[in-house]
Formats: sequence, C-alpha cells, structure tokens
Amino acid sequence: MNEIIGYIFIIVGVIFDFFGCLGLVRLPDLYNRLQASTKCVTLGTCGIMFGVFIITGWSPSGIKALLIILFLILTSPTAAHALARGAHKSGVKLWEKSVCDKYEEDTDTHR
Amino acid sequence: MRFLRWLIGLIILAAILIWIFTHPFGFLVRCLYILLLCSFLCLFRILGGPTPADRVVAVDILGILIVGFCAILCLATGRPWYLDIGIAWALQSFIGVLALSKYLEGRSFDE
Repeated sequence: MNEIIGYIFIIVGVIFDFFGCLGLVRLPDLYNRLQASTKCVTLGTCGIMFGVFIITGWSPSGIKALLIILFLILTSPTAAHALARGAHKSGVKLWEKSVCDKYEEDTDTHR
Repeated sequence: MRFLRWLIGLIILAAILIWIFTHPFGFLVRCLYILLLCSFLCLFRILGGPTPADRVVAVDILGILIVGFCAILCLATGRPWYLDIGIAWALQSFIGVLALSKYLEGRSFDE
C-alpha cells in the first residue's frame, strides 16, 4: 500500500518536471521561463522526494529525502528571486507584449 | 519557418515519448527516461538561450532535476548513498546560482 501511494507521488512529480521543462523551452521571455520552470520543477522534485520518503519510511533514506524537501523549499525561491533581480538590473528586456513592469516604475520613483 | 520548427520539435518529442511508453521497461526506468528527456530540453535552452540569464536559469533547473534523478536512482538500484549525492548537488547548485546572479547584477561577491 505504501509503495502504491509513493509511486503515485513519483508520477505526479515527474509530470510536473516535464511540464516545467516544456515551459522552459516554449515560453517567450526570461521572466516567464523563470516563473514556469522554477515553480514546476521545485514542486515536481519535492513530489519525487515525498514519494521516496513514503516508500522507505522512517529510515535514514527517508530522513534524507525530507531534508532535501526542506532544503529545496527554502533555497529554490531565493535563488529564483536573486536571479530575476540580477537579470532585471543587467538590462534583460521584457517580452514586447508584456503589460506592466512594476519593478522598473518603483526604481524610477526612488531615483 | 517558425511553424516548421515547432512541428519538428513536436514530432521528435512525441517519438521519444512513444518509444519510452511502448518498450517493456520497468516503472522507475520509465521515470528515469522522462527525466533524461527533461535534461535534454534544459540543454537545448543552455545552447540556444539568447541572453546569459537564460542559461543561468537552465543550469538551475538542471541542478534541481539531477536531485530528483538521484532520488529515483536510489529507489531503482537500492543503494542509499545516491541521496547523499542529491543533498550535495542541491547545496552546490544553490550557491552557484546565487554567485552567478550576483555576477549578472554587476556587483562583487562580498557586498
């Protein structure tokens, strides 16, 4: 029973990984790519890790899988935020059909 | 021309997915092949990204994918030290992406 539930979590995680990488290739802009791929791949890998934890139980492998989930949830949004900020400051343009750019307006009013 | 490129990519993707799902692999091996396909999509973005920030995004996503790959490999082979590789790879990927984003922002590392 544990194995079936774990395999379901692994299937969901792999599907999320695949759609995240598809978004990384298909979307038109750096910020769109960052948004799609980082969210999907983080959730997908956390799903795989949760499946491994359910299959192996409270063994050393399961504790390590939980540790990786905690670490990814803490660090992956931080890395994505720093990357988007660095890219915006280095002058990467938005897609030409983008509607608004709040960060640019904010930096303009502060200067 | 753009439609032709889209069509060629769709045909290649569908062919690889059909090959994965029609051959008599085990369940975990199929998951490994799908993650390998996702890694090749990331490599495509690394090769053809128009700006350096796109490449950094793709490297970040590739690191998170490899962590999930290590977890499934741990289940498929029954060797628990693959999860240790996953922990170390997540840490290194996070630090590398932070350093690269600081570099894109145009500041030095100790600010």
